[in-house]
Amino acid sequence: MSAAELVGMSGSMPESVGSSDGAADDLILVQDFSFYYGAFRALENLNLTVRDREVTALIGPSGCGKSTFLRAINRMNDTIRGVRYEGDIRVAGQSIYQADTDVADLRQRVGMVFQRPNPFPQSIFDNVAYGPRVLGLAGDKADVSERTRLALSQVGLWEELGDRLDRPALALSPGQQQRLCIARTLATEPRIILMDEPCSALDPVATLAIEGLMRRLAERYCIVVVTHNMQQAARVSDRTGFFWLGRLVEFGPTNDIFTLPQEKLTEDYITGRRG
Amino acid sequence: MSAAQRDPSVTGRPEAPLLRGQEGYSDNVTGRKRQARRWELLFIVSTLVGIVALGSLLYNVLDSAYGLVAIDVKVDPASLARGGVALEALPASELATLLREKLKKRDLKTIEKEQPLAARSTEDLLGIVQTKVVGVDVVGTWVLSGSLLRRRAIEAELARTHPNATLTFKSWLRPAFLSSQQSPDPMRSGVRSAILGSLWTILVTIVVALPLGVAAAVYLEEYAAKDRRLTQVIQTNINNLAGVPSIIYGMLGLTIFVRLLEPLTSGAWLTGATSATANGRTILSAGLTLALLVLPLQIINSQEAIRAVPGSLRQASYGLGATRWQTIWAHVLPSALPGVLTGTILSVSRAIGETAPLVVVGASTAIFQDPSGPFSKFTVLPIQIYQWTSRPQAEFRSIAAAAILVLLAMLLSLNAAAVFLRNRTQVRH
Ligand SMILES: Nc1ncnc2c1ncn2[C@@H]1O[C@H](COP(=O)(O)OP(=O)(O)OP(=O)(O)O)[C@@H](O)[C@H]1O
Ligand SMILES: [Mg+2]
Repeated sequence: MSAAELVGMSGSMPESVGSSDGAADDLILVQDFSFYYGAFRALENLNLTVRDREVTALIGPSGCGKSTFLRAINRMNDTIRGVRYEGDIRVAGQSIYQADTDVADLRQRVGMVFQRPNPFPQSIFDNVAYGPRVLGLAGDKADVSERTRLALSQVGLWEELGDRLDRPALALSPGQQQRLCIARTLATEPRIILMDEPCSALDPVATLAIEGLMRRLAERYCIVVVTHNMQQAARVSDRTGFFWLGRLVEFGPTNDIFTLPQEKLTEDYITGRRG
Repeated sequence: MSAAQRDPSVTGRPEAPLLRGQEGYSDNVTGRKRQARRWELLFIVSTLVGIVALGSLLYNVLDSAYGLVAIDVKVDPASLARGGVALEALPASELATLLREKLKKRDLKTIEKEQPLAARSTEDLLGIVQTKVVGVDVVGTWVLSGSLLRRRAIEAELARTHPNATLTFKSWLRPAFLSSQQSPDPMRSGVRSAILGSLWTILVTIVVALPLGVAAAVYLEEYAAKDRRLTQVIQTNINNLAGVPSIIYGMLGLTIFVRLLEPLTSGAWLTGATSATANGRTILSAGLTLALLVLPLQIINSQEAIRAVPGSLRQASYGLGATRWQTIWAHVLPSALPGVLTGTILSVSRAIGETAPLVVVGASTAIFQDPSGPFSKFTVLPIQIYQWTSRPQAEFRSIAAAAILVLLAMLLSLNAAAVFLRNRTQVRH
């Protein structure tokens, strides 16, 4: 079975999946998941579920394994040698660590935005059009243009740059570059978008723009975002998970985590007593 | 402030003197400066040695490539004018007739055997008339430095030994030198066939080594597991092959391309020549041998270029769901292209100056025709230079110097092309 079927039961665009009751909206299911770089255990026995059409924030001190976990969801860790995992991650009910899982297909359905904006050294248009072209999503030239326009409009770049799409992407401001990277991911029609500290290289204004974008995207996508910024997690996320030394210490609705954390560790971290 | 109040973790002398000459001031600068000065001097001297070495090389070549030439004639050329037209202005047909009239049968035969008179250019014919009929004889040549500094003495001496000789300043590197065929007469000889031979050989080398080298580099960098023992063994071997003496490649080329693959490299499969007439000592064999020679360099250079492509680019592409090949084709190769091209031109620069392996593969010594394709017999510039420098006459040393200048010009233009290509294809990251 391909990841297309396992993630996109609804076809290409994310449509409503079943009823609105909890279980049906659980899109990512992590079961007893551990991850090793060689002999070093970076993730230890994780258990959590991530819901569709929500923003899930992951917080925790540096080196606690947030990025590792994010990369485990679209198997970007596969590109690192000598890694090993235990347990399972299921996306839309299907294990993504099967022998016959098509990683390229999985990564299309589970898109990723990186910490540092990394547009291709090409034009704005080519950056966004690359996905539809290589994935074979687009039919003709007009279709590619239309998909590019749609993706750029979603991140608000069409209004800003619609008439200058042939300019080099690297000439944009960092904030614009990051939104371009998000548009590039959207153009491949993912269902889940993983964001690894997407605002850490940006100024406050650009950060607010991306946060607003995340909220809007959450109406149609499942978003998992890693952040070091407590206010950001509180502002944008529906649920928050707190990582500590490779373990998931606490996971729940953002409001609960920030107002009445169950664990002392969590409280110390979000109040800045430990970091 | 009393000592008791100080933070004990902060150490150092509390009242360290600030200025030279103050009490307790310790001079820790002069020694370091002296040392720095000594190193700087060493670097300057090294650079100077390099410049001097390069300068004397150029001087040596230029000194032989230009200079005075004393020419004596047996027959006054004016007496050979026909119908009021000077010898130099006669058409080819007239020159051929002149040769048939004036030359001995035997001489005529040898010349016709080399190339029939009817097929020769006007310039060529004029040259023959001048050496054989007019009897142009070089009675003396002088290097550039001597020509400039001792002109008087040379003139005086010449007036004594050859009163009829004319003394002219000659640039051995001249348009006719580039466009004429090789000839036993140094005054008429040119490097045309050697230049063409070099270009053809290099073309074969590039066509073979570039794709092979890039493909191997892509495999080693993007596909092969770097921590596998086999990969490491292969990598080490490639690195070592880059340092193998070129003559060894010549022997390899002789065994494989000239002997074993003779039916292929001689072009017999195309022309239908029998195995008796087939000859594997062709441009193709030479180009393939040089391709083998530069392949390790090409692979290493391409690997460097591919390694320099930022990982974030690959991550971005993989993250979108592109396959490995799509990522390589759309992002890795275009970004690596400038480096790959620079590497190619560097390896070609090496190949173009190689002599030893081609001597082994069997460059021909007497080539009087342009190479017509990969299956022609060949000579190349370095071989030509080598042959000329080993002749006893001074004129041959001068045309060898001129040929060296041609080779240097080719190398320079290759390097200029490398810089140009790199700037044109450069992408910013
Ligand atoms: N490629 C790798 N090889 C070996 N160890 C790694 C590798 N990447 C990460 N690690 C280790 O795994 C642990 C988790 O790293 P990870 O990058 O997931 O942390 P993080 O929570 O994202 O940190 P940060 O907030 O600084 O980005 C760290 O101890 C790190 O040193
Ligand atoms: Mg991280």
